[in-house]
Amino acid sequence: MTSNTSKLLNGFNLEAVLGAREALSVAPEGAMFIWRAQSRWMNGTHTESAVNRFFGLGEEQEHLREFIYDTDHPEIFAAEDEGPTPVEMVLVGLAGCLTAGVASVASNRNIELHSVNATLEAGMDIQGIMGLDSDVRNGFENVKVAFDIEADASDEDIEAIVAQSQKRSAVYDIIANPTNVVVSVNS
Amino acid sequence: MTPFIPRASSSRVCDDVIVIGAGHAGLATSYLLTEAGLSHVVLERGETANAWKTERWDSLRLLTPSWLTRLPGARYLDEADDGFMHVSELADFLDDYAKAFRLPVVSGANVTSLRRRRGIFEAHTESAVWQARTVVLASGAFNNPAVPKIAEQMPDNLMQMTPFDYRSPDSVATDGVLIVGASATGLQLADELVNAGRKVTLAVGEHVRMPRRYRGEDIFYWLHRSGIHDQRYDELDDIERGRNLPSPQLMGRRSPDLDLNDLQNRGVQLTGKLLGCREGRLLFSGGLRNVCALADLKMARLLKQIDPIADAEGAVQSAAPVATRLENTPPVSLDINDSSIDTVIWATGFKPDYSWLHIPVLNHKGLLRHDGGIVVCPGLYALGLPLLRRRKSSFIFGIEDDARDIVSHLTSFLKTDSRRFADDLYSDAHTRASARRRA
Repeated sequence: MTSNTSKLLNGFNLEAVLGAREALSVAPEGAMFIWRAQSRWMNGTHTESAVNRFFGLGEEQEHLREFIYDTDHPEIFAAEDEGPTPVEMVLVGLAGCLTAGVASVASNRNIELHSVNATLEAGMDIQGIMGLDSDVRNGFENVKVAFDIEADASDEDIEAIVAQSQKRSAVYDIIANPTNVVVSVNS
Repeated sequence: MTPFIPRASSSRVCDDVIVIGAGHAGLATSYLLTEAGLSHVVLERGETANAWKTERWDSLRLLTPSWLTRLPGARYLDEADDGFMHVSELADFLDDYAKAFRLPVVSGANVTSLRRRRGIFEAHTESAVWQARTVVLASGAFNNPAVPKIAEQMPDNLMQMTPFDYRSPDSVATDGVLIVGASATGLQLADELVNAGRKVTLAVGEHVRMPRRYRGEDIFYWLHRSGIHDQRYDELDDIERGRNLPSPQLMGRRSPDLDLNDLQNRGVQLTGKLLGCREGRLLFSGGLRNVCALADLKMARLLKQIDPIADAEGAVQSAAPVATRLENTPPVSLDINDSSIDTVIWATGFKPDYSWLHIPVLNHKGLLRHDGGIVVCPGLYALGLPLLRRRKSSFIFGIEDDARDIVSHLTSFLKTDSRRFADDLYSDAHTRASARRRA
């Protein structure tokens, strides 16, 4: 990981990633990761969450520093608006994941990117979370992502990169597919 | 060619080669072993072409055109070159092939254990132990349906079937059917069941889309002419992905194309990949649009690869197939009681059965560890697996080139191994003689 990033296509260290992929193919147990976040209620609907430690490659790992995020709700929800809503954070996660995917797939296909912008939109009927109609689900009705990409590639190639990025995206999978969730209270 | 080998008392025969399985791969191998003058036996659990006779549904035709049904030394002669053989015609063809060349097939010889002791392979059947210095596994890649773990989550009142249980629409007792899987099998069953008036829901994961005909010819003509079928396993970037590709959405009929657009027009409801069942609701992926987009993109790429060859041959132009049409919001969950789904058919692929293979050559996924059919155990070989040595490896016409490569490797293995065997005997005798002299 010591190579000079300015020389890398799209600033993406393809060689290191391919090397890691190769290593994990012979030692799949190293591929088991555990991601973590810790949260603290502040006031009203305001919560502060911290992200730092995670587990991967067979041992405990750490980010370079701790990252702190606030979530809250806007004033029309009679809240203080100390941060984005949790559902907007989900969109932030999706944007980050799909865009990282676009960069890695493009680099793997030796395509130079000039700009990658995405606009995300999720429709939600809040009758669900308000408990007004039990037929309405709490979460998103649908999620739309629109990419604007400038790159040295044909429209068809760009479309293929975006499709492949969805195929390999963790957050896309988390949103599109069900996951078992266990919430417990420590005694 | 048969060297001296000490025999166990129950052993019947000692050969150069044991071939396991008398399907197209085993028979082609046997033909080439005969040509090479190697003594061998073909052990078959049932009879020749067993799976084709007993494990396929009634209407099934090969998805390759008849003119491509070739084995070393033989080809299927069909007046209508662009026809598609019924499975029973293929079974007859393989029977005739085995008889015409007097191939040494032993029927009813189900191998319950294959071991290797002191460099000799031992294949145990119920009535005998067969020994040989090499073995070719030609037992097929589709021995068992690969049913995903989520099958366990299905409620008891839902009937569950695999393609092995399916013979015709009469095999499905209920009106509403969920077919899981959008490969050749899933789409062919959906096609037949919707024709029979059933209410069909099709859960679609990643799939491979191909038009039956393109630029005036069958797609297999172009896959053949363009050299795509001859692409070697060691030239591909990601061999594992290639080997795991689902079979293309094709069937043995000229038209209409077997595709998701046609099935939807005829009333088939599409959903994303089936992910499980919770609290009486079937859960589907919201990623249907992307798997269809990926399949359309890959098909476009394939056709683009074919175009220059078609142009060079002066082939007629043809329009690219239209993109897969999807309704705006395919369901991501369905209530089992409201949805009229009473039966689930797992068209989720097949897997080989190696439960009898008592040699440590499988990976953590239960698949053979091999390099182009040369298994990681000296003298052990495999044939007839997807993309074994070439893209065409799992097709009937694809077996000859692979089998020639393997038989040639096997022949030189036997030669060097014999020499090593003789050297060992000599050095043993030499050591014993020196020991005696010292004593």
